[in-house]
Amino acid sequence: MAEPPLLYNLNNGLSDLMTRMKAGIPGAHTGLVVLLVLLVAGFSLFIPNFASVGTLQSFMYQLPLLGLLSLAMMAPLITGGLNLAIIATTNQCALLTAFIMQSLITPDSSAGSAAAVIVLALVAGLALCLLIGLVTGTLIAYTGVHPILITLGTKSLIDGISIYLTRGMALSGIPDGFARIGTMTIVGVPLIFLLLIVVAVIVSIILRRTAFGVACAMIGSNIEAARYSAIDTRRVLVGVYVMSSLICFFAALVMLATFNSASADYAQSYLLVTILAAVLGGVDPFGGFGTAGGLMLALAILQVISSGFNQFGLSNYLTVAIWGGTLIFVAMAQTARPYLMGLLPSRFDGSK
Amino acid sequence: MHEDSQMAAGSSFLVQLRRRPEAWLLAVIAVVVIVFSLTARDFLTLANIIDLLETYSVQAIMAMGLFVVLVSGGIDISFAATASVAQYCAALLATQLGFSAPVVILCGLAIGVALGCLNALLVHYVRITSIIATIAMMSVSFSLLMYFSGGKSIYTLPDWWTNRIVFWRMETASGDIVRVTLPIVAMAVVTLFTWAWMTRSSVGRQLYAMGGNAEAARRVGMNIGRLQFVAYGYLGLMAAIAGLLQAHRVGESVPNAMYNTELAVLSAAVLGGASLTGGIGTVPGVLLGIVLLAVLQNGLNLLGVSSYFFQIVIGVTILVSTSITVISSRPGRRHRIIAGAPSNG
Repeated sequence: MAEPPLLYNLNNGLSDLMTRMKAGIPGAHTGLVVLLVLLVAGFSLFIPNFASVGTLQSFMYQLPLLGLLSLAMMAPLITGGLNLAIIATTNQCALLTAFIMQSLITPDSSAGSAAAVIVLALVAGLALCLLIGLVTGTLIAYTGVHPILITLGTKSLIDGISIYLTRGMALSGIPDGFARIGTMTIVGVPLIFLLLIVVAVIVSIILRRTAFGVACAMIGSNIEAARYSAIDTRRVLVGVYVMSSLICFFAALVMLATFNSASADYAQSYLLVTILAAVLGGVDPFGGFGTAGGLMLALAILQVISSGFNQFGLSNYLTVAIWGGTLIFVAMAQTARPYLMGLLPSRFDGSK
Repeated sequence: MHEDSQMAAGSSFLVQLRRRPEAWLLAVIAVVVIVFSLTARDFLTLANIIDLLETYSVQAIMAMGLFVVLVSGGIDISFAATASVAQYCAALLATQLGFSAPVVILCGLAIGVALGCLNALLVHYVRITSIIATIAMMSVSFSLLMYFSGGKSIYTLPDWWTNRIVFWRMETASGDIVRVTLPIVAMAVVTLFTWAWMTRSSVGRQLYAMGGNAEAARRVGMNIGRLQFVAYGYLGLMAAIAGLLQAHRVGESVPNAMYNTELAVLSAAVLGGASLTGGIGTVPGVLLGIVLLAVLQNGLNLLGVSSYFFQIVIGVTILVSTSITVISSRPGRRHRIIAGAPSNG
């Protein structure tokens, strides 16, 4: 594209910039950006040390688990489905990985064999997630039962197996080398946060730039129309749930690295929060729309609210209530926007 | 064509029966009951059955409310939180302010209805998808309850609330005392009322119509907004009744006692054939869904199977029975559509 002249119609340039900005800000969530900036500004006014490196770092330690789980929830949501089994999958994967590491690494095993066991444990965890994703996806694609129901069943089944095998106990004994990853930083940025960023970017590229991603969005918009457009909807659906489960594998890694243990009932309360985060980030629960960028923005908002109110000394329960309130507020703003736009002078109408 | 259908009337009844999810569910329950009655000695006794009914009455009442919302085309995850809030507020009114029984019960039910109507408000006027609106409402109301109650249970409920109300009692030959208590009667009344209301009243039929196709229902002249308030308000009422009864059964009010029951109730309702897309479902079906889960849990307990194992069984049951239901009813549906419109090819 040719560079426009320096003082070429200012108005044109501005609207051009706006469209490019909107393309750059995933999902054009200017409202969410404004909300985030307002929250950060508000908290920094009232809490002396809010806008500090320390806050930012704790922020980056707390975000990855919820972030990865939300990404795992987002992929099925875009196809108009839901995966209620993500937490169960993550926990079981973490349990299996921890179990292999715990039982095969003895104090006198050499560094080389310990590394080999860690690799073996990771491969086993990955294979487990792949298997769970394949089974879930196949059931959803080939029976046509609503995903809420299928994943409710798989969640119950997976949780049941985990609880049955562990008797509800937590598994610890993660090798030091692995546990150290949880606190490792690169130029001050926690490694687990980088993992979240990498996974988010990959998911974003898959969803926005590949035929598979477009097919997902089309299935979410109208599955019949997608099928008549010669999309193998069943294969895509299986792919989506496999992808969701594979993201759970990374969530399991983060969980192991931060908690240094695994259990069947870690992070269970995150299940509905991941849906909140995805919807707050603009993922349409009816399917068809949603970007990883919008989701990350929503997660940042939730985390800022949580750490801000924590520093005020408010309880965790109140934070969850405020999260729910935020979602209702954003949804109300979205509903009210057409009416508010109608009240504005008509010259704004052009720049939709 | 006409003669054909008359000749086939006998077999088509069977075919139709085969298509009903309830029939499949009944068959599954029958198999499970036979297996348990052969293996667990105490399973098929009157005492055990009555005990089972009482244990699951709270869930059954909530399932009846949820069923109405599901039929109307919505979904609600917040009813367990609503039940807890209504129960705890009523308990506070009774213990702290010493209100009399009718006032406390009325206030509890009113809180339930109000929370249900708040859901309807969000779904209808703010136009948030029902699952999202109710998840948000659940986190708001439950978290506020935990915040303000501090997680503290109320043990000093008044006597009129916790005293066991027995409608009928008898002693079996083996010496067990069988009591039909308030929760069982309440469950029976609620079930019968919901069934009659949904099948015999104009509002009930309108709810089915709205669940089938809301836009069509609106164009026929139904007041969609009012129906939403009726459906969610009814669920709120049922949740409040269930909450009050739960405190009656256990004799105390624990703020998070009913937390996490929502998915169990939802799976029971959907097991019984209530469609998540609305317009489909029957009261007997939902009741059978509850019965299946109850029988499974009770039978496995009596067999001495570890309770850790129970969740696996629930998961497998949900997966198998829903898959069977859908697969068995799918070709039938297609056949009906083709047969119904032969001229259009």
